[in-house]
Amino acid sequence: MKQPGKDPAIIGETRINQEAIGARLRQLFDEVVNEPVPDEFLALLSQADNHATPVDRDPDADQ
Amino acid sequence: MTAGSAPKPAVDPVRDAAFRAQLVALIPQLRAFARSLTGDATAADDLAQDAMVKAWDARASFEMGTNMKAWTFMILRNQFYSEKRRSWRQTQLDQEAAERTLVAIDDPASPVALDELRMGLAMLPAEQREALILVGAGGFAYEEAAAICGCAVGTVKSRVSRARRALQDILERGDYVRDGKPAGDAMGSILAQAERLSHPA
Repeated sequence: MKQPGKDPAIIGETRINQEAIGARLRQLFDEVVNEPVPDEFLALLSQADNHATPVDRDPDADQ
Repeated sequence: MTAGSAPKPAVDPVRDAAFRAQLVALIPQLRAFARSLTGDATAADDLAQDAMVKAWDARASFEMGTNMKAWTFMILRNQFYSEKRRSWRQTQLDQEAAERTLVAIDDPASPVALDELRMGLAMLPAEQREALILVGAGGFAYEEAAAICGCAVGTVKSRVSRARRALQDILERGDYVRDGKPAGDAMGSILAQAERLSHPA
């Protein structure tokens, strides 16, 4: 895995560190996670639920 | 509880309810992952909704107690790439869309501005971007990310490390300026200048 000539220690000296990038990356992702979920999602799921739940056992279900 | 290879039970309301509750809890994560793939809020919600319904329809093949987050992310990712194959133009990352995708809440204490990071991410190759998002923001282990992307663990590791280095490079050199928001600002000042020149006081 080690590549001669490429010293990872050099990267540690740069101004913008990976920790800062990582924190921002999580922030970017979490901002969307923390948004309220649009109503459409639950409506769609309920709709799919009604479609996919037969009242009686589907004779093809065992195939 | 088993599913998949066992004969499908016709309806299992208890299992369905448990599945549904877990799926609903994952919607925010699915939306975030979709947003990072598409770079567009509207396209992302369409994608997340499709993935959610697909996951629900396939619930009998999910083994309860295993990692549903990884399972649904895999469904979403597959959906994204199959749609992309059908109409690459629609899902192509659009710089303008990426700009309005997320609200920038800036923290002056951080050396990395959110807008810059967004632009930098947009410049990464898709496979590097998704690997970095999964591991760096989604909280997945390399092994899980590999399962989601359908590739080897070593491949994910190298994609993540290349993405990190590239991102650092982009942010340090400010390359994002060429295609990103600052370019738009430059256009704004050119227009303002043109305005001044055409209306001499």
